[in-house]
Amino acid sequence: MKEIKKAVLLFVVLSLLTGVLYPMVVTGLARVIFPRQAAGSLIYKADETCIGSSLIGQSFSDPRYFWSRPSATADFSYNPLASGGSNLGPTNKDLVNRIKECATNFQSTGIKRLLPADLVMASGSGLDPHISIEAAIIQIPRIAKERHVSEEKVRNLVQNYLEDRQFGFLGAKRVNVLKLNLALDNL
Amino acid sequence: MQNTELFLDILQILVFFSLLTLVAKFLGRYMARVYQGERTMLSPVFAPLENGIYRVTGIDKNAEMNWKQYAVAMLIFNCLGMIVLFALLLLQGHFPLNPQKFSGFSWHLALNTAVSFTTNTNWQAYSGESSATYLSQVLGLAVQNFLSAATGMAIVIAFIRGLARRTSETIGNFWLDLTRTVLYILFPIAVVAAVVLVSQGVIQNFSGYKNVSLLQSTSYEKPKLDADNNPIKDINGNQITVKIPVKEQRLPMGPVASQEAIKELGTNGGGFFNANSAHPYENPTPFSNFLEILLILSIPAGLTYALGRMVGSSRQGWALYAVMLFLLVLAIGVQYWAEYNGNPLVQKIGVHGYNMEGKEVRFGLGGTVLFSTSTTATSCGAVNAMHDSLTPLGGMIPLVLMLLGEVVFGGVGSGLYTMLAFVVIAVFVAGLMIGRTPEYLGKKIEVTEMWMSVITVLTAGVVVLLFVAIALITPTGVSSIANPGPHGLSEVLYAFASTANNNGSAFGGLNANTVFYNLMTALAMLIGRFIPALAILAMSGSLVKKKYVPPSVGTLPTDQIPFIIWLVVVVLIVGALTFFPALALGPFVEHLIMQGGI
Repeated sequence: MKEIKKAVLLFVVLSLLTGVLYPMVVTGLARVIFPRQAAGSLIYKADETCIGSSLIGQSFSDPRYFWSRPSATADFSYNPLASGGSNLGPTNKDLVNRIKECATNFQSTGIKRLLPADLVMASGSGLDPHISIEAAIIQIPRIAKERHVSEEKVRNLVQNYLEDRQFGFLGAKRVNVLKLNLALDNL
Repeated sequence: MQNTELFLDILQILVFFSLLTLVAKFLGRYMARVYQGERTMLSPVFAPLENGIYRVTGIDKNAEMNWKQYAVAMLIFNCLGMIVLFALLLLQGHFPLNPQKFSGFSWHLALNTAVSFTTNTNWQAYSGESSATYLSQVLGLAVQNFLSAATGMAIVIAFIRGLARRTSETIGNFWLDLTRTVLYILFPIAVVAAVVLVSQGVIQNFSGYKNVSLLQSTSYEKPKLDADNNPIKDINGNQITVKIPVKEQRLPMGPVASQEAIKELGTNGGGFFNANSAHPYENPTPFSNFLEILLILSIPAGLTYALGRMVGSSRQGWALYAVMLFLLVLAIGVQYWAEYNGNPLVQKIGVHGYNMEGKEVRFGLGGTVLFSTSTTATSCGAVNAMHDSLTPLGGMIPLVLMLLGEVVFGGVGSGLYTMLAFVVIAVFVAGLMIGRTPEYLGKKIEVTEMWMSVITVLTAGVVVLLFVAIALITPTGVSSIANPGPHGLSEVLYAFASTANNNGSAFGGLNANTVFYNLMTALAMLIGRFIPALAILAMSGSLVKKKYVPPSVGTLPTDQIPFIIWLVVVVLIVGALTFFPALALGPFVEHLIMQGGI
């Protein structure tokens, strides 16, 4: 009986420490030191309307924009309220057919070469904000044509928005699709 | 180009393990000091708080417990945690900090989740962003992230005392071990790690979800429903759909960084969001990814060194570290190779590169494989890629790491104590083969030790095989499977391997939020957690009474390379004998199908 009393009291004390004090301390420090990140790395336009987050991808199908990776989130692509992947196994016919459909879509825009895997396969979060360098490069001719600008100009833009491996060796080279498309609109 | 990427991935893995080895030594030394009640650099801050807690709760700092008292205290505390969390999840709709107006969990989902978080499993049959309130997250789930981790660490420390103490009765005090773990180890590291994660972009706030306008609006087709929520069909039997425009994106918010830090550090693994550490708000950059993996492995690695310190021979700790490291590096190699080669079925349609389904671009293959293997080698179970979409052999690696019994670093505390049970078995079998007395660290291995070790090692295996069989012969069990063929078997096998070994990751295709799976997996988690834990405490109670036998020519040295190799072999053989048939029918068959074409 005495042990149960100790257990209850200790549980209350440790809950206050780890369930109240801990999140409050972290929230306080985060708000003071990294306010932008703590609030979701939001991007604002000149008129202060929020246009998205640099960390959360958006869906693009307009040929004038760089297209993001496919997304398997529920209801619609890049639905942030339903993060997740397709969970289709590698030998599932649904997976192969979905990829085939997506690949045909790209090939119909005039791409002749092999497609990079990330451009036709869905991410784990369904919200991946990035595509690989190669996935950006093969879309340049289409965008240049649609926007009536030189490929050179679009290529330079992609170069400017190239993110290298962090510290030179972590992760992978990539391009943020939303940032790149915002820059396209300002070209 | 390709070769540079491969080289950089290997460099990333090498840097990681060099750093982990350093962390193991320094964190291990610190933890040993904490558990032996010595002064540490944090004592000036936390010692007064610690003493205050003992005064308020009436805990006697100098009291010691025998193994039965220790076990009873542990069970009471965990039972209490489970009841409180169950009630909180069930009733969350009536409490504050609920800007999205979520209602309570169903009874079976609340039960499953309460068991899941108190057993350090963090199996999640719910999706965080669409069902758990901020209060449930911070005061329910995160609290258990701390306390279940501290429970596992307390148990392994009690077991180490059984090895280190001579002719004694007591193995420490559960209340002290628990409190010290939270105060001196988990709390300070979690605060620092959480702030570093925020610097990378992990969110930390209590705001409501935020609407933002999209750069390009889209739309989607949704089936039209009648008043009873049944789809309306036209004259030809086709579903009528309505076009819904999407002009805005609703961004989820919440106190994510504080959850994230303890989720990795305590090898809990329960994500704030459904996508877990694949979600950009949980794991935004390659560096946050690197840090999260380091957090996952730090304490399990550090505990091996702490063991060496506490039994008076660092070499004994390093020997176990070497076994774990070897098995993990082997797993990384195989999975990297399998994913690098990609999916031939997809390559046939004009796509090149490695298997990207379920993976994020920013982590690269190196960062993805390192996470996937580390999270299943330990009992963490957080994921930064969807394991269900790995190639057959790539997906077999997490499965095997869990089926080995979570001993390759394993859960905080539980990994090391399960590995020590394997050590006892290895010492015993080797003793029989070469005619030496089985003893470990100067303690004779006798009937009780063997019984308890076998129970510890085999419990999870028996549960996995039995429960998978039950799921496969019941229609409700089979109806949750999403992928056809051998992959479906892998999904069910993965679910019970994950829960019985308290890992918590999933082949997400399986629809686990049903009464059948919620109850079956809850039972698997309870058995897989508490039967081995009790067996370990009982073994500690037996060991602590024994006198110390100094090493002689008849003693098998357990800190030398031959024993390290032997222990690797024993772990692999026990795993292979138990699970080879199931693995042959799941991943192996699927691999052949993938190579042959469908």
